Amino acid sequence: MTDTGLGSLATAAAIVAPRGHGTWQRLLRHRSFVIGFSVILLLMLAAVLAPLLSPVDPSAMRVRFRFRPPSSTFWFGSDMFGRDVFTRVLYGAQISLFVGFAVCVVSGLCSAIIGVIAAQFRGLDGAIMRLMDALMSFPAILLALGIAAALGPRVSSVIIALTVAYIPAGVRIVRAAALTVREMDFVQAAQVSGASSLRIVMRHILPNCLSPLLVHLTFIFAYAMLAEAALSFLGVGIQPPIASWGNIIAEGRDYATEAWWVMLFPGIAISVAALSLNLLGDALGDMLDPRLKGGD
Amino acid sequence: MIAPLLAIRNLTVQFRVDSGWVTAVDDVSLDVVAGDCVGIVGESGSGKSVTALSILQLHERATTRMPSGSILYQGQDLLRAPGSTMRRIRGSEIAMIFQDPMSSLNPVLTIADQVSETLRQHQGLTGVAARKRVVELLGLVRIPDAARRADDYPHRLSGGMRQRVMIAMAIACKPRLLIADEPTTALDVTIQAQILELLRDLRKELSMSVMLISHDLGVIAEFAQRVIVMYAGRVVEDAPMAQLFRRPVHPYTMGLIAAVPKLDSDASRLTTIPGRIPAPQEVIPGCRFSPRCALVEDGCLHEQPSMQMVSDHQSARCPPRILALGEHHG
Repeated sequence: MTDTGLGSLATAAAIVAPRGHGTWQRLLRHRSFVIGFSVILLLMLAAVLAPLLSPVDPSAMRVRFRFRPPSSTFWFGSDMFGRDVFTRVLYGAQISLFVGFAVCVVSGLCSAIIGVIAAQFRGLDGAIMRLMDALMSFPAILLALGIAAALGPRVSSVIIALTVAYIPAGVRIVRAAALTVREMDFVQAAQVSGASSLRIVMRHILPNCLSPLLVHLTFIFAYAMLAEAALSFLGVGIQPPIASWGNIIAEGRDYATEAWWVMLFPGIAISVAALSLNLLGDALGDMLDPRLKGGD
Repeated sequence: MIAPLLAIRNLTVQFRVDSGWVTAVDDVSLDVVAGDCVGIVGESGSGKSVTALSILQLHERATTRMPSGSILYQGQDLLRAPGSTMRRIRGSEIAMIFQDPMSSLNPVLTIADQVSETLRQHQGLTGVAARKRVVELLGLVRIPDAARRADDYPHRLSGGMRQRVMIAMAIACKPRLLIADEPTTALDVTIQAQILELLRDLRKELSMSVMLISHDLGVIAEFAQRVIVMYAGRVVEDAPMAQLFRRPVHPYTMGLIAAVPKLDSDASRLTTIPGRIPAPQEVIPGCRFSPRCALVEDGCLHEQPSMQMVSDHQSARCPPRILALGEHHG
């Protein structure tokens, strides 16, 4: 789970995929897209509607009900303080998905900007890319661990730490795409028509670099969620009593032999979310890669 | 004589390669008179496109040495014009269309978006007004069902249609000069004829000058009033169309004319000029065409020939031929 998604560099080939009215329809015919997309949507819905789905307070301790196995009252069982694991997994989804989404958006924006700057201003390219190489030389989770530990255990520091850890891969993807796109005839055609450099970057180069980045970001979403779980598990992430999938597992670890359910259900939640995001990413990769696209 | 719209004088452009500098365009001078069509003909690598890009100052900054000479557009030297002036001139005064219409359109923008880009840039047109003008322009370049096509993405259009869109973008602000760099090379022959006809009509309607770059003398012959023949970065002959075909002076021009396939001949092999164009870094002491020339003389191997007037409107870079022709007529 510390892989930084270099595999999706291959999708840089998806540069300049013709995007038309048919893309959405084609996506809806793609089975893994539909599955991935609906599961993620369901999880997000469950996270948002958590207070409605479970009337119990996720932090309410009822010592009398410690370590109850899954039953009709406690769907996912209860933990060492008698808290309802189902409720905690629902509320944990809020944090985990929010962290994943935030990292995905912020690192996406930063990668796009830095990547295009590196590609467009050749003088800065060397400095920027060496910095990215330096960041990349740390395993992402280790770098994130260090930053999160330095910033203190807060949701915001987890997001910052993971964003920094995942920016380099995104920058490489955008830069590679932008270097290809800027040599294309339509960029020269835009210059010929008198467009300014900024306009050319914003309107012609950047939009054509977005499809490989988009594919990459679905994987980043999944990695960030997993990494948040790992950081929380290690104790530098989200702090109890706030529930996140990672710290529910961390708290359940000590009682794994007596109460397996405390770890199992958030674990399943993480796996399902990561799997569906990967399905989504693969489907987007297929769709945006012009070589694999049938018809049209 | 009226001042030409565009006057290129002694333009030299050099590129950096691993081994130093190579000269892609060497001492090129040419005039484009307002309303005229000038054809530039030559093999790949003869410096035609580099000359065109130099007019718009669009060569890669990092690898090009500041071109020497001058490019006077309506009296202003474009080589020394500031960036803001160049941006204003590009698209509104001088427009350009390219060889490959398949890659000259941005795949993520609709046709209307791309065409209106120039209008927004130079005329401040946006919204409904811009769209109206776009549809008008698409009609002008004879795209059927223009209102619907405007909302299409480029991948839905054929090569010929895309080239029409490129032309629509180019003429959007009624430029005085249109540079067409091999506009029909990537298209099949029937579409080629249509595009050329369209360009010819638009030139008249908009009374603009056209600089047509091609390696196909046939295309130039249909279109241009004046022809400039380039070889290995240099102008070797400059003559009015009819005169060039009637009495070509430079042996390279003669070779090019002989190489145009004729429908009425039975020859099973096409006529060619033996050899190939020298690489830019190759050092040839005398005339650059001498290794391939059928009429080569001793003097050609040592001395760089200069452009000389043959008659009032024709000049060529081949002193031995000019001398021979002179004696013949005299």
